[in-house]
Amino acid sequence: MMMNHAIAVLVNDQPGVLQRVSGLFGRRGFNIESITVGQSEEPGLSRMVIVTKGDDHTLEQIEKQLYKLIDVIKVVNLSTMPMVSRELALIKVKSEPAERPEIMGLVETFRAAVVDIGTKNMMVQVVGDTDKIDAMLELLKPYGVQELSRTGVTAMTRGNL
Amino acid sequence: MKTQIPEMRSTEQLREKWMKPEVITGSEILLRSLLLEGVECVFGYPGGAVLYIYDALYGFSDFHHLLTRHEQGAIHAADGYARASGKVGVCIATSGPGATNLVTGIATAYMDSVPLVVITGNVATTLIGTDAFQEADITGITMPITKHSYLVRDVKDLSRVIHEAFHIANSGRKGPVLIDIPKDVSAATVLFEPSETMNLRGYNPTITPNRLQLEKVAAAIEEAERPVILAGGGVVYSGGHEELLEFVERTEIPITTTLLGLGSFPSGNSLWMGMPGMHGTYTANHGIQQSDLLICIGARFDDRVTGKLDGFAPKAKIVHIDIDPAEIGKNVHADIPVVGDVKTVLKQLNKMVKRTDKADAWRDQIRVWKAEKPFKYKDTNDGLKPQWVIEMLDETTHGQAIVTTDVGQHQMWTAQYYKFNQPRSWITSGGLGTMGFGFPSAIGAQMAHPDRLVISINGDGGMQMCSQELAICAINNIPVKIVVINNQVLGMVRQWQELIYDNRYSHIDLAGSPDFVKLAEAYGVKGLRAANKEEAQAVWQEALETPGPVLVEFVVHKEENVYPMVTQGSTIDQMLMGDCE
Repeated sequence: MMMNHAIAVLVNDQPGVLQRVSGLFGRRGFNIESITVGQSEEPGLSRMVIVTKGDDHTLEQIEKQLYKLIDVIKVVNLSTMPMVSRELALIKVKSEPAERPEIMGLVETFRAAVVDIGTKNMMVQVVGDTDKIDAMLELLKPYGVQELSRTGVTAMTRGNL
Repeated sequence: MKTQIPEMRSTEQLREKWMKPEVITGSEILLRSLLLEGVECVFGYPGGAVLYIYDALYGFSDFHHLLTRHEQGAIHAADGYARASGKVGVCIATSGPGATNLVTGIATAYMDSVPLVVITGNVATTLIGTDAFQEADITGITMPITKHSYLVRDVKDLSRVIHEAFHIANSGRKGPVLIDIPKDVSAATVLFEPSETMNLRGYNPTITPNRLQLEKVAAAIEEAERPVILAGGGVVYSGGHEELLEFVERTEIPITTTLLGLGSFPSGNSLWMGMPGMHGTYTANHGIQQSDLLICIGARFDDRVTGKLDGFAPKAKIVHIDIDPAEIGKNVHADIPVVGDVKTVLKQLNKMVKRTDKADAWRDQIRVWKAEKPFKYKDTNDGLKPQWVIEMLDETTHGQAIVTTDVGQHQMWTAQYYKFNQPRSWITSGGLGTMGFGFPSAIGAQMAHPDRLVISINGDGGMQMCSQELAICAINNIPVKIVVINNQVLGMVRQWQELIYDNRYSHIDLAGSPDFVKLAEAYGVKGLRAANKEEAQAVWQEALETPGPVLVEFVVHKEENVYPMVTQGSTIDQMLMGDCE
C-alpha cells in the first residue's frame, strides 16, 4: 500500500551529502514529498527528515540503499513509531483592511500568527502537522493566496525511544 | 625482446623507507600512501592538473606506472588488474576530459563490484566552480557510479582519505572509489604521517551471518527434493570458491554459475549445470524453474539471469546469501535472507549441512538434461565457426589461461565453450556490458600475472573501441594474446535484428574496418590471420609460441547466432534452442 513515511537520516555534515541522498532518490525512482536538513545534537552530523511515498518493498529498499551511502550513519523510519511531526508555512494572503479582522479570527483559531501586515495583504505563519497546514491553507484560499512557502516536515519519535 | 614487467620489491622492504614522517608535498603523500596500501602497478595518463603528481613520479620506480594511450584504456586495465589479482586497481587521470574519459570504466567496475581507487586531478581549489580550463565536477558526475568519492580540499586530509578509499573499495561489497585532488593540494606541503585512522562511522559491512538464519537454511536443505545453487561473482570476490566446492560436495546440490561466477566452480564437476539465463544452458534454466529450493550465493538476480521476473523459479523457496543487504529482496523476494561474506557464510554452513538424500531423482533428471541438451552448433569445414574457435582455444590451453572478453556474441560463446576451472581466470564486463573493455582489461590482468597466459577475446566491433592500447603492449612487451573474432558485423545486434526486428539490419555492417593484422603491425605487434580450421590451428600455435604480444584474427561466419536464447519478456525455460535442438 502506498503511504507517506517520514524517514530520519543521520548523516556526516560533508559537502555534497545532500546531493548524495537526493541523487539516490532520483536515480532509483524513489519519491520525495519533502526534505529538510539541519544540525543534529552531535557536532559534525546533520539530520535530514525525508517524507516519501511508497509501499513496504520500496520503503525497505530506500532504507537499505541509504545505508549503502558511506556518509549515512543511521536511518529511522519514524512512521513506524509514535512520533511528533511539524511543518512551518508562511502564507501571504490578500486582505483589504476591511477583511483583516475576519482573517485574524481564523488565524487565532489555528493558533497561527500574523507576522506582517501590508496595505493589501498579510503574512500568516502557521506551525503544525501537515494536515493542519493544509486546513489553514484551505480556509485562506478564498481570500486569495499570493505566495506560499512551506518548510517541509521535520519529525522526532516520542518519549524514550 | 625480454618482457619488461619489472620485479617488485616487497612492500615490507619499502615500508620502513616510506613510513618516515617528513614534510612533503601532496603528490609525494599520494605516492607513499599508495605504496603503503601495497600498490604495485598504476595505470595513468598525465595532464595539466596532475603535473605535480607526475613530477613526483619522475624517476620513481617503487611501483610501476603504465602510460596508456587513452584514459579509458587506463581504467579498464586497472579493472582487469583488480579482477585478476583480487587487489585494488589504481588509475590516474587529469581533470576535465581526463576525468570524464574514466566514467565508462568507473560504471563498469561499479556494476561488477570491482575494487578500484580512481585518482583524478582537478583545478586548484581557488578555481573550483569558476568553469576554469579543464574543470569538470567529477565527484558530482560519478556520484551514482562510485561506492564513495572524495574531493580533497586540504592536504592534511590526503593520507587519511587514501587509507579510507582503499578500505572502502576492497571491503564489503567491493567497488570503485574516486579521489579528486585539486592541483594546489597536490602541490601543498605538510608533515606526512602514515594514516592508520579512519573516520567511517557509517560504514560497517556485515561479515558474519546470523546463526538462526543459517539454521533455517540447513533445515530447508534437508527437506529439499529439487534444490539448486545459483552462484555468482560474490563467490569469486570473497575468495570462497573452495568453501563452495565443499558445500556442493557435502550436499550434492546441482549448481549453476552466473556469467560473473564462471570459474568459481570447476566446470568439469558432474553437478555443474553451466550458466543460467538469456544464453544459458537448458539444464540450468529448467533446473531453476523446477527447483523447490534455490540457494543464491553472491549473485543479484540480474534480469539477464531471471528473464521475466513474474514466473521466475515459481515453485522455489529462495535463500539469498549476499554481503549487500540491499540486493536481498530487490528483484526477487527472499524467503531466507542471509547477510554476510560468502566465504564466511559457507564456512559455517558447511559444518551444518549434509547430503540431500531426498534429491536423488532430481540429480538423475539433471544428469539426463545435461546429456541430452548440451550447447551445440552446426560445424562446417567451409570457413570457421566462432564456437569452433573458442573450443580450439580451450583445448590448446587446457582451460588454464586467463581469458578476458569484450561484449557481444563472442563473449557469450566464450562463456559457453571455454571451460573455466579456477576463479579470477575469467574477466568480462557483465553488468554494464562495456564494449572496449576486453583488450585493455587483459593488459591489466597480465600485469597482475606476468607469468600466466592471458588471452583477450574480442569482436571486430569492440576491438576498435580501445585498439590504441596495442602501443603499450608493444612498448612494454606485454605478452597478451589478442584474439579478434571477426564476423564483419555487430553480431549481437544483428542477431536481435534478425530474430526480433524482422531482419531489418540497421547500421550493423562493419565492412571497411581496418586490416587487423596491419593494424597490429603498425604498432609493432605481431599480427596473424586465419579463415579456415587448418590456418586457425597453425596461427594459434604460432601465437602461443611467440613470446611477446600477438594479435590473431579469426575470420568467421557472419550469420551465426548465439543459442539457446531467451527473448525479453519470456521466462527462462521458454528458450529458443536454435542449433542446440
